[in-house]
Amino acid sequence: MVKFKKFIENFGWPRIIIAIFLMCLFAATPFVGVRLDTSISDTLVRVGMNGVLVLAMVPMVQSGCGLNFGLPLGIISGLIGATTSIQIATSADAIAKSGAARGLWSVIAGALQTGSRGAILFAAAIAIAIPCAAVFGFIYAQILNRVKGEEMMIATYVGFSSVAVMCMAWLLLPFNSAVMVWGYGGSGLRTTISTDGFWRHVLSDFQSVTIGKFYLPTGMFLFFLFMVFLVWAFFRTKTGTAITAVGSNPEFARASGINVDRMRTISVMLSTVLGAVGILVYEQSFGFIQLYMGPLYMAFPAVAAILLGGASVNKATMVNVIVGTFLFQGILTMTPSVINNLLKSDMSEVIRIIVSNGMILYALTRKTQVKR
Amino acid sequence: MPDKEPLLRVEAVGKEFFGNRVLNDVNFSLEAGEILGLVGENGAGKSTLMNILFGMPVIPQTGGYEGKIWIEGKEARFESPFDAIDAGIGMVHQEFSLLPGFTATENILLNRESTKYNFLVEAFGDRIRTLDRKAMRHRADEAISLLGFSIDPDTPASEMPVGHKQFTEIAREIDRKNTKILVLDEPTAVLAESEAEILISSLRGLAARGIALIFISHRLQEVMDLCDKIIVLRDGTVVKETKPADATVFQIASWMVGRNVETRGAERRRREDTENVLEVEKLWVDMPGETVRSVTFSVQKGEIFGIGGLAGQGKLGIANGIMGLYQAGGNVSAMGQKVTLNSPAGSLRLNMAFVSEDRRGVGLLLDEPIDWNIAFTAMQIQDKFLKKMLGGLIKWRDDAGMREAALDYIKRLEIRCTSHKQRAVELSGGNQQKVCLAKAFVVGPEILFVSEPTRGIDVGAKKLVLDTIRSVNEEFGTTIIITSSELEELRSVCDRIAIVDNGRISGIRPADSLAEEFGVLMMGESPVAVSDTVGGND
Ligand SMILES: Nc1ncnc2c1ncn2[C@@H]1O[C@H](COP(=O)(O)OP(=O)(O)OP(=O)(O)O)[C@@H](O)[C@H]1O
Ligand SMILES: [Mg+2]
Repeated sequence: MVKFKKFIENFGWPRIIIAIFLMCLFAATPFVGVRLDTSISDTLVRVGMNGVLVLAMVPMVQSGCGLNFGLPLGIISGLIGATTSIQIATSADAIAKSGAARGLWSVIAGALQTGSRGAILFAAAIAIAIPCAAVFGFIYAQILNRVKGEEMMIATYVGFSSVAVMCMAWLLLPFNSAVMVWGYGGSGLRTTISTDGFWRHVLSDFQSVTIGKFYLPTGMFLFFLFMVFLVWAFFRTKTGTAITAVGSNPEFARASGINVDRMRTISVMLSTVLGAVGILVYEQSFGFIQLYMGPLYMAFPAVAAILLGGASVNKATMVNVIVGTFLFQGILTMTPSVINNLLKSDMSEVIRIIVSNGMILYALTRKTQVKR
Repeated sequence: MPDKEPLLRVEAVGKEFFGNRVLNDVNFSLEAGEILGLVGENGAGKSTLMNILFGMPVIPQTGGYEGKIWIEGKEARFESPFDAIDAGIGMVHQEFSLLPGFTATENILLNRESTKYNFLVEAFGDRIRTLDRKAMRHRADEAISLLGFSIDPDTPASEMPVGHKQFTEIAREIDRKNTKILVLDEPTAVLAESEAEILISSLRGLAARGIALIFISHRLQEVMDLCDKIIVLRDGTVVKETKPADATVFQIASWMVGRNVETRGAERRRREDTENVLEVEKLWVDMPGETVRSVTFSVQKGEIFGIGGLAGQGKLGIANGIMGLYQAGGNVSAMGQKVTLNSPAGSLRLNMAFVSEDRRGVGLLLDEPIDWNIAFTAMQIQDKFLKKMLGGLIKWRDDAGMREAALDYIKRLEIRCTSHKQRAVELSGGNQQKVCLAKAFVVGPEILFVSEPTRGIDVGAKKLVLDTIRSVNEEFGTTIIITSSELEELRSVCDRIAIVDNGRISGIRPADSLAEEFGVLMMGESPVAVSDTVGGND
């Protein structure tokens, strides 16, 4: 009994109530004519898609930089990786077709004809995205180090303004792949680009399981868990421990000889890199790259998820990430479909927006209650 | 007057923190104008009892309390400190609760500012009245002078020496006109003896005006002098209620710990002169409230060197400056190597360690467990508690090693906790202090700076801490520099003591010099009559 009480104490009542509510939604599916297997499958896919983006909150929270409202910056880095990889693929394909492939291009073109085309291109996208994210993250960190105490507001501005800047950049960057640029002008990227034929579902379909209408994206989950493991491991190293201490009490850390600004910089760079990787995971499952205003509001669901998971503004664990993502995405998937079928109307999009923003609002009000 | 209800009656109060019982069936009552002394070991539950009385949010958050509290015959169950304030209770907390950027006046009158009418009030109501600065200043001045002390009402709290902060807090409580009961949780711990005396006599004045006081302190003599009755708390239970006249300090100490305590032991030792390990020349430190202007001294290898002086004169700044925590300049060399000032890492790498006087501010990771607090500095500076993997590429935290070290110190310093994983914020003040000491010992330093090592520590633990410091000194030859406001404490452990006055050293004397001699140095008069002493180069 004491143990059970302790468990509840640790897990927290809000999470238990939300979990029970989610269970009720699942239990209600047969009665309102929604298939349980597709519901679970949908939820799991969404968890896998969003998991790494939620994980991107952790390093900055741990270092005391607060919630990463500047997530769009990481996402933009991911988008640069995504578009560049597709550009490389189309160029290589074109050269291979013309038979003029020589040197490096012939190697690339050759590799892309093999069965690992998707994997290679996805790896290339990640490889390009990470250094971009590291550079952006570094600059972002220098800004945040100058506004200690007000990180979250400034982070939101950084996120929004980086989206605005990139809106112009997407038009001006010298991409020419026919699948990406606007058909009529011949230049400027489209708002939505399909990843079909490149790396759509490379992770999701790896070792995936399909039983009737139930689909489990095994590869995507393994990748998510691997990233969770990496972050978990990082916070058990000397540097990770120092970052946690900086978040807990920067004065203590300084007195222990820690360079506080440096630790904060590392954490911001890490968060940004995770954001970049996260959006690539998201897009390979979703099947589309969304440019321009796409990244603008991506930070809020991730923030809400980790807060629902029980994290505070300066403490977050892997359990918070996994539980939070599951609860948030579960409610987000289930509520619209259940209510929709109940009311026999097509309001799912409206309900989705209401539920999602309602939960974000709830989570943000929770945030002020945790002790600093 | 048998049937008259007392001002405050506490009836069968108990408290449990998640299965850990810290208070058990506590009963007492208090009349107007009476001064109650509350004593007990670290972690006996004194602060917890006062938190219950004052409606502090930690109490409901951790499951409430048992029993009843009656004020003037009415049962009171406070939901928040605001309720308690409305009911006429004031509290000066063990840890400061001033707003750092606000001046003394603003802090004292927070939320009770004097206001003036302006025309906007008609439209927006009373919240928009303008502050009457002049009246506020006057009220603050009045409250402070009531305490028999003087503070510039315009100094921001962040720049005050600790003693002034303490007086400001008390002034805040007595400015409230309806205060009937004032709780003071270790108000004198941060004060030098002379300041403590001022405080004590002003508290007597308050009691004479009919305010009932609850006074918590580890300085038993003070409690004996001030209080009308004393309650001794041991492990959350009242073991004794007595009048000061019916007991001795020695008896009270034994009731507190449940066995006899030696109050003083350890004979003065004779030590040979050795080479200097620390040489400080023209050091200045810009530490708010503790400015060091220019100090020059040297400390010998294996010595225990004391730094004393009144609060605000700069004694605390010396260690903080050498350890790189505040902007500093001058020449400092340790073990023959030049110390890079303004760099904590540089000082730590030279194998110096520091126990800060600011426990909660820089001393502890409050939200982290005990083992983290103890191991962190050693891990970051000396790569202790790390396992190297992949040829040193990955430095993995060694949780088992940290646990072992933590358990070792928990035992050696008798840290009272539920486990080595308990968060530092949940420890009582004295036990937090022990964790800070353990953190420094783990580094195994050549030179150890300890500021206010026994602040907030009970008599039994005080001896333990001082003995530990001495045994570290004897066993490992560690040179120790203790900064303390308690001259008696310095005299009992140190070899030599430097007195700091107005940012300068006014004299260095062997610890067995007469107390009067130190007293004169503290007043800043450089006495010519007293002969200069061995090794002192001021
Ligand atoms: N928030 C908390 N959660 C869990 N335990 C707590 C909490 N606050 C205090 N305790 C425990 O309650 C006990 C009593 O603590 P308290 O602070 O009342 O001691 P104290 O008598 O004031 O000691 P000191 O003289 O050291 O200040 C301690 O063992 C402490 O660990
Ligand atoms: Mg206490």
